[in-house]
Amino acid sequence: MASVETFEILAPGILTTVQDRGRFGYGRYGVPPSGALDSFSLRMGNLLVGNPEDEAALEITLMGPKIKVLTEVVVAITGADLQPCLNDEPMEMWRSYVLKKDDILSFKGIKSGCRSYLAIGGGISIPIVMGSKSTNLPSKFGGFGGRALQKGDILASNSPHLYLTKGGRKLSQEFVPAYGKEWAFRVVFGPQDEQFTEDAKETFISSPYQVTPQADRTGIRLAGPVIERKPEVSESIISEGVVPGAIQVPGDGQPIILLVETVTGGYRKIATVITADLHLLGQLKPGDTLRFKEVSLDEAYKALIESEARIRRFKESLE
Amino acid sequence: MGDGALIAELGDKISPEVNQRVRELALVLEEDPIEGVVEIVPTYRSLLIIYDPLRVHLTALLHRIEGLRKKIARIKIPEPKTVEIPVLYGGEYGPDLEWVAQYHKITAQDVIRLHLAPLYQVYMIGFTPGFPYMGELPEQLASPRRKNPRTLIPAGSVAIAQRQTGIYPVASPGGWQIIGRTPLKLFNPTRSPPTLLEMGDRVKFFSITEEEFKRWLP
Repeated sequence: MASVETFEILAPGILTTVQDRGRFGYGRYGVPPSGALDSFSLRMGNLLVGNPEDEAALEITLMGPKIKVLTEVVVAITGADLQPCLNDEPMEMWRSYVLKKDDILSFKGIKSGCRSYLAIGGGISIPIVMGSKSTNLPSKFGGFGGRALQKGDILASNSPHLYLTKGGRKLSQEFVPAYGKEWAFRVVFGPQDEQFTEDAKETFISSPYQVTPQADRTGIRLAGPVIERKPEVSESIISEGVVPGAIQVPGDGQPIILLVETVTGGYRKIATVITADLHLLGQLKPGDTLRFKEVSLDEAYKALIESEARIRRFKESLE
Repeated sequence: MGDGALIAELGDKISPEVNQRVRELALVLEEDPIEGVVEIVPTYRSLLIIYDPLRVHLTALLHRIEGLRKKIARIKIPEPKTVEIPVLYGGEYGPDLEWVAQYHKITAQDVIRLHLAPLYQVYMIGFTPGFPYMGELPEQLASPRRKNPRTLIPAGSVAIAQRQTGIYPVASPGGWQIIGRTPLKLFNPTRSPPTLLEMGDRVKFFSITEEEFKRWLP
């Protein structure tokens, strides 16, 4: 496979990083999964351009980059609508385009959601570190030199010309998620829900919580009614492993939803967001409000099987 | 935890015995992997098992884990390795050494002597890639965390908090009391395994001079 230069970054945006579906199997070494926060959008973007669904793409946060196209290439933009433009003309989300040499990709500004994904036919050619191309920003490794993209960076892809026939593909409206400012996340209680008061669990389920500005790829701090732990239990616990979507409650009673840049935590977890809803956490932004809805494990599995079946249906429709 | 992870609790306190049980379960799981398990994270007193619910059913998983727990008694668990780690104590490399000495009303030399004495056990790797949580620190050195955590601690910093000692493998924020620095690299993403220490390892610190520190640097 020939690696061909595809993009030159003219302006990087606020935070644009290379992410695939994540780095797994290294948790015992303290290495978190990293990876695209909205894995649904990443997978759909890749499918639209003809890539395997776990290929790396650019994760673009809130404000998009300006990119010069260096060779003919197929791209798709999914996830948050940051109003992408091709040579200043509006582009559609969730469809693939063939871009020409010297085309300029830019983003006018945020319309909905938080993170956009730019998938490229042929993916992103960068070294695989511990089984993944994802950028680990806190520890500065993986991805593009372990950092966010900067002005002047050049990205390359593997044989991008082989993907040009994938231009013009579109995700049918039934699959396209809508991102508002009010969200509902399904959770299963546990593992330490018994250590909160009955009132606290009720408060957690029945109250709106607001996303604070302290929100990044490690976690999202929420603000809302205080969640009280039982009087006999201490503020912290002996550190243990955590998963993305786990909702931990520190001493101040304000919940934090853990995301993908941490493997251990030392606070009690009242509940965990179900796998089928995890990808939507990547579209929360400061100021949004959310509610939690309790479901059973069986309902969680059913939801996951349904969402995977939809992705499979779309995949089959492409063949 | 959620619909894709389990926590196997093997005790309720920080102790070498409880931690040994966690290590044993982690090792049998590594040796005899269960289809659908994608990640295990051993910690002080529990083992997090992350699985893909589309590939393995929870009931089947619990059954397999129970079977493995029985197997522990029958297999030989490998001996942990002992790693010697050089440390340059105090000065700019250990900015909290004096504070710790004053807090305990002992000399800086006493702090170093006490910190060097034990053969530590690595209870877990967490917080950042390669960060070893080690115990137990002698009672006389048990120190509170800093009131104001530092925003950037240099890689290699050797620190203490309560009855634990640890080493910051990558530059990161942190709240432990920093008493020295090692020139060794604890985390290297391109090495296999990526960390110098693994859960269960034993660690013996030895003191080095600034000259030796510079010679040790990669």
